[in-house]
Amino acid sequence: MSASAAGLADLTAHELAERFAAGEATAVAATEAALERIRATDERLHAFLTVTGEQALADAAAVDAARRRGERLGPLAGVPLALKDVLVTKGVRTTAGSRILDEFVPPYDATVVARLRQAGVVILGKTNMDEFAMGSSTENSGFGPTRNPWDTSRVPGGSSGGSAAAVAAGQAALGIGTDTGGSIRQPASLCGIVGVKPTYGLVSRYGLIAFASSLDQVGPLTRDVRDAATLLEAISGHDPMDSTSIPGTPTDFSSRLEAGVDGLRVGVVEELFLEGTDPGVLARVREALDRLERLGARLEPCSLPSFEYALSAYYLIAPAECSSNLARYDGVRWGLRAKDASDVVDMMQRTRQAGFGPEVKRRIMLGTYALSAGYYDAYYGQAQKARTLVLRELEDAFQRFDLLAGPTSPTVAFPIGERVDDPLAMYLSDVFTIPVNLAGNAAVSVPAGLAEGLPVGLQLIAPALGEATMLRAAWAFEQDLGLGARPKEVDL
Amino acid sequence: MTAAVAEEVGARRYETVIGIETHCELATATKMFCACPTAFGAEPNTQVCPVCLGEPGSLPVVNARAVEYAARIGVALHCRIAERSQFHRKNYFYPDMPKNYQISQYDEPLCVGGWLDVDVDGAARRIGITRVHLEEDTGKSLHVGATGRIHGADYSLVDYNRAGIPLVEIVSEPDLRSADEARAYAEELRAVLLALGVSDAKLEEGSMRFDVNVSIRPVGHAELGTKVELKNLNSLRSLHRAVGYEAERQRRVLADGGELAQETRHWDEGAGRTEPMRSKEYATDYRYFPEPDLVPIQATADWVERLRATLPELPAEQRARLAEATGLPAKEIGWLVRDPEVLAYFQKVAEGRDPRVVAGWVMGELQRDLRELDHTMATNPVSPERLGGLLDLVAAGTVSATAAKDVLAEMFSSDASPAVIVDRKGLAQISDTAELEAVVDRVVAANPELVDKVRGGKRGVLGALVGQVMRETHGRANPKLVNELLERAIG
Repeated sequence: MSASAAGLADLTAHELAERFAAGEATAVAATEAALERIRATDERLHAFLTVTGEQALADAAAVDAARRRGERLGPLAGVPLALKDVLVTKGVRTTAGSRILDEFVPPYDATVVARLRQAGVVILGKTNMDEFAMGSSTENSGFGPTRNPWDTSRVPGGSSGGSAAAVAAGQAALGIGTDTGGSIRQPASLCGIVGVKPTYGLVSRYGLIAFASSLDQVGPLTRDVRDAATLLEAISGHDPMDSTSIPGTPTDFSSRLEAGVDGLRVGVVEELFLEGTDPGVLARVREALDRLERLGARLEPCSLPSFEYALSAYYLIAPAECSSNLARYDGVRWGLRAKDASDVVDMMQRTRQAGFGPEVKRRIMLGTYALSAGYYDAYYGQAQKARTLVLRELEDAFQRFDLLAGPTSPTVAFPIGERVDDPLAMYLSDVFTIPVNLAGNAAVSVPAGLAEGLPVGLQLIAPALGEATMLRAAWAFEQDLGLGARPKEVDL
Repeated sequence: MTAAVAEEVGARRYETVIGIETHCELATATKMFCACPTAFGAEPNTQVCPVCLGEPGSLPVVNARAVEYAARIGVALHCRIAERSQFHRKNYFYPDMPKNYQISQYDEPLCVGGWLDVDVDGAARRIGITRVHLEEDTGKSLHVGATGRIHGADYSLVDYNRAGIPLVEIVSEPDLRSADEARAYAEELRAVLLALGVSDAKLEEGSMRFDVNVSIRPVGHAELGTKVELKNLNSLRSLHRAVGYEAERQRRVLADGGELAQETRHWDEGAGRTEPMRSKEYATDYRYFPEPDLVPIQATADWVERLRATLPELPAEQRARLAEATGLPAKEIGWLVRDPEVLAYFQKVAEGRDPRVVAGWVMGELQRDLRELDHTMATNPVSPERLGGLLDLVAAGTVSATAAKDVLAEMFSSDASPAVIVDRKGLAQISDTAELEAVVDRVVAANPELVDKVRGGKRGVLGALVGQVMRETHGRANPKLVNELLERAIG
């Protein structure tokens, strides 16, 4: 591989865009560099489930041709992207990380995918994930785990671990993930990149294979905050195909990135500094908060007691919705169908028995139970009340603060296998990210340095549709800290 | 109280209690949650898309017209339209249900608490309406094998064209007391839906079907007896027979000292009896929860007022108006009002004409011709103006009523005016005395025995002679004139 090609793979999208505009690089070259990086590293990392190299090169060539014709192109035209395999792609296998959809080829494109194509983004392929986005380590994938590029004996986080690892390793300049309880922010934190969980309703869910419909949201995984803002601009906005998408949302997240944090009121959430959090994580996050203060932000402690109930509420609501969303995987229409069944009920049972992994089965059972007659009020009903409480507390806090802050994850990347047999320990990986999903507002994880050689993420939380301010603060922090070390596994 | 109820109560100590859940397809152009067409009878699986197939990632979007139609039904049935209503998911596994849940409404339906007045043998009964809610239809399974049912089938095919078609479920209070009342309620409800123009309500195509709860209880008791649900009755005849059978079956069980089970039973039309359904054919716990892919429906007071202000004339009002204006018997008015197309047709023809004559023709000869010539009111080629023209010829004596029947049949295949057809077929009535006298003389001469009988006082035999004259003139003779001439000839 040539040195310049390797260089292209490590550039951000806005750096690539500058090279494209200056005629110093082409989309085809950038795509070739990314595909070369995938070839060189993915046997170890296993970030991708499907690589569509030929299509990617054809798409890149089309962008280059358009540029030569003098067409006006957007800032992401020709930039390679890793797409989480939970967004459907017309004619390209889409598995949601599950054996039950091993052979599933969707007949349509997700709205986000259509918007990416419209922006000229080059989709490299589909990335690995925890099955149906249920997990925090990508170990629940039906196709084997993804490894963290910083240390391949460790997890990349999850469920968007494939996209996060791909972006961290230079396999793609941009990544798309989904965040139901932290599935963008936690892997971003563990892989040392930027991850945005947008406001619920900002990005269309049409074509996103549902885990928990009231919590799922699509968002960017990128190497810096500017790319996150640009990618969010490309994928967000009202979609008539998604009834929960919000009309008239902001469309500009990048033009005021440079405006700084002077005078911003930042609440430091006491409940996000739980006992048991890694000391290294606490140290980096406290330094980060000091840095924000030095940059002019006004920090104050903030208590949100309802956060204590968030994890329990989430593990009733999300499984309840998933038990219903996943009912359609029955072998009748697409995906796996068990053979030699005696009748239709037997066929459905055998298909689901064979196709779903243990964590998915666990959550379907939990959710089925939570919705059952006689238990609904005690479980699902109570959980919805707790959810309302979290929402109200956050709304109150945002009367006083522009942003809230804390760590993204209680730990750095943990060893593969460590939490596989301990669901509760695994669920606690998302204890700092879940409240935001319940309330539906926005949050970002931005790299805040290393602890024991592994990345730590700072989480900034914004009110609903407060992405512009949130990204402005994240950008100011990132610029002041400086983009840190690269993962050693890809020092090729 | 109807005769049927009186008889049952007289014979036994029990009364029948019936509540009906009516499922009715709405006549929207597109499905409940996607833009697929709803036309009946298309090739299997040609009216489908990712949404109604429940493809992974697809999401529903509410059809605003369906909401409007359901609210119009609610307003017509005197319901309150909820300011905020919501969709829920009803979870159960069935191969013809793409998502293995049905998007329906649960504890926050669109319309609640109304009533419908039903006429049962001339007596009005007010039947409570519990609720009207929206939901989506499922696909259709075709079980291939000897039985045609799922049990014992070799394999099954599924047609998803029907999946996602908008349905309303209209739930009555348990206010009905007999099979006759149940049928009268269903007929009246159907007439209301047709008058509103919100549904074809075609029973034979399954666009209207009934689930019926039947129980019996000792007369005078307020408490309801053990309830049996009869699922998927798809004709008024089935409804009437199934309810009658089931009530009788329950009486027999109790009379024999048995106990009734709360269960779902299937009506076997061929065998004329109800049978228990296998438990796998229906689920018990639907695990309802609010549909997270949809936002609540907000109904403003202005919108509901607009719907109320633009309600068409409903069957009860139509009947009252027609009774006043035409003096026709209630039964005939009921028949005319049952179908808005028939009613509109009748009213056009009856403008400036004798309503009794018009009703006779519209209900009699016209229906017969439609049936025999494979037409419906919708495809009726005889415009009201042309039928009116024909009746005017009859009234003027230009053509006899008998000959006019032939003219009407001819009008199905010819665009010519009734007068032209009468001319062309030479059907004009003969009122020329000289011409008819010759025929009368011939008939009198040829039938001396009959003539003697008439002369002997058997006046009824005169009819036979009139018939002879009519035959000789191919039905064209003016019957009144023939009578006069015959009497004069016989003396």
